[in-house]
Amino acid sequence: MSKESQNKFAEIPGILGMKGWLFAAAVIIFLHFTLQLGLNAYYFQILMFAGINITLAVSLNLVNGFTGQFSMGHAGFMSVGGYMSSYLTTTYFASNPDMLQNPIISGVIFFFALIAGGVAATLAGYVVGLPSLRLRGDYLAIVTLGFGEIIRVLLLNMNIVGGARGLSGIQPLTNFFWVFIFALLTVFCVWRVVHSAKGRVLLAIREDEIAGTSMGVNTTEGKVWAFSLGAFFAGIAGGLFAHYLTTLNPGTFDFNRSFEIIIMVVLGGMGSISGSIVAAIFLTLLKEVLRPLQQITGYDLRMIIYSLVLIGMMLTRPQGIFGTSEITSLFNYFKKRLKRGAP
Amino acid sequence: MAEFLQHIINGLSQGGTYALIALGYTMVFGILQLINFAHGEVYMIGAFVGYYSSKFFGEELSQFWMSLAGKMAEDGQTLIPTFASSLLTAMTIILIAMLVCACIGFLVERFAYRPLRSAPRINLLITAVGVSLLFQYSGQLFFGSDPKAYPDLFSDLDVWTFGSEEESLVINPIQVTVLTSSIILMLILRHVIFHTRLGRAMRAVSFNHDLASLMGIPTNLIVSATFMMGSALAGAAGVMVGLTYPKVEPLMGSMPGLKAFCAAVLGGIGNVTGAVLGSFILGLAEALLSGYAMPTYRDALAFGVLIVILLVKPSGILGVHRTEKV
Repeated sequence: MSKESQNKFAEIPGILGMKGWLFAAAVIIFLHFTLQLGLNAYYFQILMFAGINITLAVSLNLVNGFTGQFSMGHAGFMSVGGYMSSYLTTTYFASNPDMLQNPIISGVIFFFALIAGGVAATLAGYVVGLPSLRLRGDYLAIVTLGFGEIIRVLLLNMNIVGGARGLSGIQPLTNFFWVFIFALLTVFCVWRVVHSAKGRVLLAIREDEIAGTSMGVNTTEGKVWAFSLGAFFAGIAGGLFAHYLTTLNPGTFDFNRSFEIIIMVVLGGMGSISGSIVAAIFLTLLKEVLRPLQQITGYDLRMIIYSLVLIGMMLTRPQGIFGTSEITSLFNYFKKRLKRGAP
Repeated sequence: MAEFLQHIINGLSQGGTYALIALGYTMVFGILQLINFAHGEVYMIGAFVGYYSSKFFGEELSQFWMSLAGKMAEDGQTLIPTFASSLLTAMTIILIAMLVCACIGFLVERFAYRPLRSAPRINLLITAVGVSLLFQYSGQLFFGSDPKAYPDLFSDLDVWTFGSEEESLVINPIQVTVLTSSIILMLILRHVIFHTRLGRAMRAVSFNHDLASLMGIPTNLIVSATFMMGSALAGAAGVMVGLTYPKVEPLMGSMPGLKAFCAAVLGGIGNVTGAVLGSFILGLAEALLSGYAMPTYRDALAFGVLIVILLVKPSGILGVHRTEKV
């Protein structure tokens, strides 16, 4: 490894120390209270979706980008988490409606419901991941795709969560604070994982699985681990989404949603956290920009554009906009140039 | 008993269409190690080509065949010429769909997959997903997203009923046609793969791409031919499904496509006989499950089977475990 690249690598984890993360959390709390004062409801909704999409894209990036597996079932895990947490909150608040008055208690209950949803999604991820991750990556793609379908069929047949009618009357507990604190938590966790010893295992799996195995890396364990962690955050995002929409039905999280998350990861760069964040925000905005176009033509051109972008990206710049580097390396680049006094 | 036989017949005709789709998956996987996600969409396009061609010149075709068949059967018997002309019309439409789909398969391989031949496999997979979605949504744009009723080519024929009033066995002549023609197509494919020079080249390329090219086999041509053959079979399956369940829509391809892939894995991916075997097993299992036990779980069955087979015997029923060489 050359000296240059060594330095570059050493700088990455240091860019946001523990203080930085806490500062970001403080900013989120501050914004939570200021934004309540007055923001157009439409913009606020876009902001919420952007936050949920960041959670989804970054967690999927752990699986698809850093570990090099190809999961297409993120929406399936969303629906597991969403249904689980919504079921918990609806049953709890149905018997204790006065708890809703207290924002702190209802917030704490919401938090635990979200975590429960995440855990349920993790378990689902473990069950699905274990058989398919022992094999080559392509099987995972098809199994996760099928998993979404299995979940849909199971939910249709589960009367406890409303069956085909779906689950309605979910309390609108999702707010700016929860969405962005979980987005921050996801980014934090994925960042720390990727820059830990475990992260090296994941990168080894992505770069060369056979070489990794021969170096004594337990690739199956690493894959299942990353997959379960990704599923956990997808479950949490599903819970946030459910408590924002306040209704769920088995078709809410269909394959198109999985595909939207995949394209965020691919567009931003598989293996770049900041790339995923930027792409998540960009695509959330693009969806709104394209909405008038859909009204004019009467067709949903969005998916056609997405798929063309995906194919074009693979043909011309398969590593995505950011590749595997982070946006911070761009800052460092300019910093160095400034120091050297270059124009 | 009659009910059981009825489920078996339905399962076999469903399995026949799965088999035609699964063959394309397994051939492409065998030669490129790629799950061609767009394959289900080629099947959808086949169904639409069949729809439009039978809508625009189905009448003329059936009259043409009718006049030919009528000349041959001049004894005044009507059933045989009617059936023969319906059959021949269906065959012609299937042929048209196969040709169009072969062209589409060629174009997809040439412009989407070939530039990525040396790229990491995950890129190829993402492209395949992209192509699949592109077809689905541009299908909605061009064909309209509402389901369309397929023209009934066999309208002059009654279903064949056997047995008594209470316990009757209904066989639709369409099902017989579909099953027969899919078996014929599979036999042709088997002949091509195992008894022709092209088939030998295909097997060589699937065994070792580089080595085959060193031996002077035009690998690009062979890969194109594989895609075209697989896509043609999917197109035929599309028309057959359109005839059996007279409804086509742009999103119809994804679910049978995925199920057919599951069937190919069940039989052993890369193995042509295995794909057919797996498809018939899946078709029968689905028909029996929805007939007797839990009709609502029908769509989840294929994926459950896939997960179980990956746990128990990842190489499939007929597949041979190949060690990965570095």
